[in-house]
Amino acid sequence: MLYRTAGQFKTSYKADQALFPIRQDAVLLAIILTFAWVIFPMTASEFAFQTLLIPILIYSLAAMGLNILTGYAGQLSLGTAAFMGVGAYACYKLIEVMDPILAILLSGVFSAGIGVIFGIPSLRIKGFYLAIATLAAQFFLVWLFEKWAWLYNYNASGAIQVPNLQTFGVYVTGPQASSVTQYYVILGIVTLMTVLCINLTRGTLGRTWKATRDMDIAAELIGINLMRSKLTAFAISSYLVGVAGALFVFMWRGAAEPNLFDIPLSFDILFIAIIGGLGSILGNYLGAILIVGLPVVLNTVPEALGLEIKSATVEHYNIMIVGALIVFFLIIEPHGLARLWALIREKLIIWPFPH
Amino acid sequence: MLDQSQGYVTADGRQIGGVLMEMKDITLRFGGVTAIKDISFDIHEGEIRAIIGPNGAGKSSMLNVISGFYTPQEGEVWYKGAPRPAMKPYEVARMGVARTFQNIALFEGMTVLDNVMTGRLNHMKAGILAQAIWWGKARDEEIANREHVERVIDFLEIQSIRKTPVGRLPYGLKKRVELARALAAEPSLLLLDEPMAGMNVEEKEDMSRFILDVNDEFGTTIALIEHDMGVVMDLSDRVVVMDYGKKIGDGTPDEVRNDQTVIDAYLGVPQE
Ligand SMILES: Nc1ncnc2c1ncn2[C@@H]1O[C@H](COP(=O)(O)OP(=O)(O)O)[C@@H](O)[C@H]1O
Ligand SMILES: [Mg+2]
Repeated sequence: MLYRTAGQFKTSYKADQALFPIRQDAVLLAIILTFAWVIFPMTASEFAFQTLLIPILIYSLAAMGLNILTGYAGQLSLGTAAFMGVGAYACYKLIEVMDPILAILLSGVFSAGIGVIFGIPSLRIKGFYLAIATLAAQFFLVWLFEKWAWLYNYNASGAIQVPNLQTFGVYVTGPQASSVTQYYVILGIVTLMTVLCINLTRGTLGRTWKATRDMDIAAELIGINLMRSKLTAFAISSYLVGVAGALFVFMWRGAAEPNLFDIPLSFDILFIAIIGGLGSILGNYLGAILIVGLPVVLNTVPEALGLEIKSATVEHYNIMIVGALIVFFLIIEPHGLARLWALIREKLIIWPFPH
Repeated sequence: MLDQSQGYVTADGRQIGGVLMEMKDITLRFGGVTAIKDISFDIHEGEIRAIIGPNGAGKSSMLNVISGFYTPQEGEVWYKGAPRPAMKPYEVARMGVARTFQNIALFEGMTVLDNVMTGRLNHMKAGILAQAIWWGKARDEEIANREHVERVIDFLEIQSIRKTPVGRLPYGLKKRVELARALAAEPSLLLLDEPMAGMNVEEKEDMSRFILDVNDEFGTTIALIEHDMGVVMDLSDRVVVMDYGKKIGDGTPDEVRNDQTVIDAYLGVPQE
């Protein structure tokens, strides 16, 4: 009864192509948006902003970027963190000459450019070999972040420190900015990017990417320019990842050293995309909630129950659970949490009359 | 424009146009293997042209040359009266050549509808930004192309599976979806590589009917490879016979059926 489609008939292709052919989906989304835009910011503690809300949004965006490339266009990348780094360093340079929010949005253009350059090998190599090539990008870029002192304005520490900056008289970055302000800026950007990604992936470009992913030879023979398909995927993916990197440093961490953008971060993003579901937009959120939320739950729940667990032990549990989930999803459900949700939704639609 | 003076009238009274595509002295080698040896033949506008021959004769290779997937070492492909320069397969597709594959090559992760929609990619012109905001031209185009795709889906009678992921479909239906994807492109030349291989009698009859209807209703020129001699004789206007990379016969089904070289090499005893 919750998810009834009876009485909802589609009378035009336009209606059938609508984002929410089923009314309940729209209702559910409205509820989620109300929480995200009104209830959370009104009620969240500083702790909730900093350990859950803000990182979940930023990791979701980074995973969405990776998902465009890997889940939709089928090009595996292990260099996500390095492209986040390109966004962050570009943003560090751009804030000197422009509004910080504009700088964040523009920083993705630089990571997109670098992404296209490192995407060129994908025109010749695939799968495992491409993953290795992106790994090379990962190492090279982090090395560059260390060695190219101009990037961090020749700071003695070699790190970038986020200054206090205002947009329209309100502090949006640096220690002076309030969490709720930063949360709204991030939410605004992530919402916008999500809408654009949903549109891109359900239209012509999305079909071009999926065709390239599923069978590249057939794609080329039906008229797809594979080079264009792959490079647009690298560009758009790297743009999103770069913006996520800029948000990561300027709206959350407050400072960054080169090794912040090392492989472990790349893998975190990859795990979010895999657990959430490759080839899904929703999955990035589900995966980010799980990966960001799990350590928080492991840290706080036993404590609330009066159990004493060392933080090193929590760390181990976290790694073990994430590892088990990865294995589970890769083997049992390669389409991740998003597919599990789709199955539940299908069940709800026919419930309580499953025939 | 084509030189229509070269047209002809078929046995069943259909007017066939001039030469749409002509293969001139094509030789294709893979290392030591010569898959195609000095073959020439033409395809007229509006006709159903069959290529037959035993396994390994070089038929699929010939379609791949037409598609631009293989570049022959010798010879030229002429299209609409002019030699075709070296082209990438996607450029050939954009000239109006669509095809199906001997081993089904659908996009398994997509629904039937999305697979058929990919067939229309060459008709989609909206820029990336317009697509991202799903407004104006991008949205209108999506709807217009969806309407066209729905006509193809109706035509091939696959309405009930349009939202099904193709990975779940049985073999015979997959072949039909592949034809739908090719038709969605509104090709001027349709290449079918063994469209009926592995089908049961009923599915073959359906497929034959669709091929004839496509040719009849849209005037689409069709070049097809087929093993089943009965089918070939029923469907095609003219037949090229290949054997070990060489052309050993070319003519109407009746001519080919009674050609001694063809009988010796391939057909064995005359059919019927
Ligand atoms: N890509 C290729 N590389 C090497 N040899 C090939 C290739 N494609 C086809 N051949 C060879 O060319 C010959 C003709 O193959 P093919 O065109 O598939 O024949 P048919 O479609 O008539 O069965 C065969 O001997 C086959 O092994
Ligand atoms: Mg073949």
